[in-house]
Amino acid sequence: MARQAKAWIAGVYEHPTRKAVDKTTPQLHAEVALGALRDAGLTKKDVDGYFCDGVAPGLGGLSMAEYMGLNLRYTDATETGGSSYIVHVGHAMQAIAAGKCDVALVTLAGRPRAEGVKALGARDHGADMPERGFEFPYGPAVTNLYAMAARRHMHEFGTTSEQLAWIKVAASHHAQHNEHAMLRDVVTVEDVVNSPMIADPLHRLDCCIISDGGGALVVVKPEIAKALGDRCVKVLGQGEAVKHTNGGRVDLTWTAARRSGPIAFEEAGLTPADMKYASIYDSFTITVLETLEDLGFCEKGDGGKFVSDGNLISGVGKLPFNTDGGGLCNNHPNNRGSMTKVIEAVRQLRGEAHPKVQVPDCDLALAHGTGGQISQRSGSATVILGRSDA
Amino acid sequence: MILEMREHTDPVINPETEAYWKAANDGKLLVKYCMECKEPHFYPRALCPFCMSERTEWRETAGRGRIYSFSVMRRADPVYAIAYVTLEEGVTMLTNIVDADPETLRVGQEVEVAFGAAANGQAIPLFRPPDATR
Repeated sequence: MARQAKAWIAGVYEHPTRKAVDKTTPQLHAEVALGALRDAGLTKKDVDGYFCDGVAPGLGGLSMAEYMGLNLRYTDATETGGSSYIVHVGHAMQAIAAGKCDVALVTLAGRPRAEGVKALGARDHGADMPERGFEFPYGPAVTNLYAMAARRHMHEFGTTSEQLAWIKVAASHHAQHNEHAMLRDVVTVEDVVNSPMIADPLHRLDCCIISDGGGALVVVKPEIAKALGDRCVKVLGQGEAVKHTNGGRVDLTWTAARRSGPIAFEEAGLTPADMKYASIYDSFTITVLETLEDLGFCEKGDGGKFVSDGNLISGVGKLPFNTDGGGLCNNHPNNRGSMTKVIEAVRQLRGEAHPKVQVPDCDLALAHGTGGQISQRSGSATVILGRSDA
Repeated sequence: MILEMREHTDPVINPETEAYWKAANDGKLLVKYCMECKEPHFYPRALCPFCMSERTEWRETAGRGRIYSFSVMRRADPVYAIAYVTLEEGVTMLTNIVDADPETLRVGQEVEVAFGAAANGQAIPLFRPPDATR
């Protein structure tokens, strides 16, 4: 019996640019919106709900609605860093189920490469950040914060750099087939562990790329999905959670996926074993490792063995992941990854991934996002998606 | 190579946290303690993050702890080590490790508080191995 869904993803679009020197950020938002609407077979006149993140230009939904000429009755700008767009999928589903909108547009865009953003600096969210004085003086960068999680995971579970490297190896096997991917060379474990150390124990090839561009999703109510045809994908379950330093009770071996995953699986009535494909936010190799454990694809502490057995490689392992090359090799627009995670999951469910990486009979898939920094405060969001006949 | 003091960003000091920074200038490391639920917390807040009691007070720590995790930023000039240190009092705080060979740092290592300075002269709590000579 076909599973019921409160909302469907009707259109997706990944911007092909990786360096947007001659475009503005609002322009990129509009270009990805147009791309996703065309993919869905809809126009901007159909859109009555709009979702963006906290770093969208101007006053977020207000500024972008004006720029794109949207006529809205619902907006949401929930900000959970790079996990925002999977949060938005869930919030769009809830808004649609409540009758607050029928066609929800979600956009992400940004130009960190064109603007010369450096990876070494801390993310500055203003002088009133309550933690500012207790963190900024110490030089927190995204890299060394994730590196501390990797170090602690290695300490507690014996995880090795070679095991982490398998995550990049798998991503690179997929990226070789993606003409838009920034890094298309297939790499080996030795390539990863011999690449320059950035913030130990993370090497250069343990890190994701920095790219411009963006992506968009169109989430619609079931009646509209029925009219648009079987390229639409069901939203079967979604969960979100926040983790932080908990008053100084820091534990870096797990992420909020431990909470967001079970919520999403329960809502979908499914388990990790049902998933044919998983898009996992891959800001760093350690991000993937901890997420796989926290989502229940293996036991806590066994992630190193799970990935080094080749399980993430499409056609080889039992959980093909990030078949577009992911943030590690393909695209990481505006340093935010969960948008492209949803897009590749939708491609897999439609059978539109590259033939070399397409998972056979892919009817159920998961997409997961991590936002913020997993050594400090971070948001996790998980969505379970199903093919139209699932 | 020995990890040296680096120039630290000036901390934002406000009425909620100025006691912490004044104590640092006197060579003391404080944490906030909740008189309701009897739990220390870090970073310091006016209201306890565990029970939201407004009855919180400053307490001086022994300034000793162990490295919970660390990373040496090899791409920075000068190279520096960020770390989480778990104090004897039970809270874990972000910091830098100084006066140490980065190759010898390890999780679980004993460290003690030292003080560096921000650009504006404000003392910043750091940690170093207790046997370090300065």
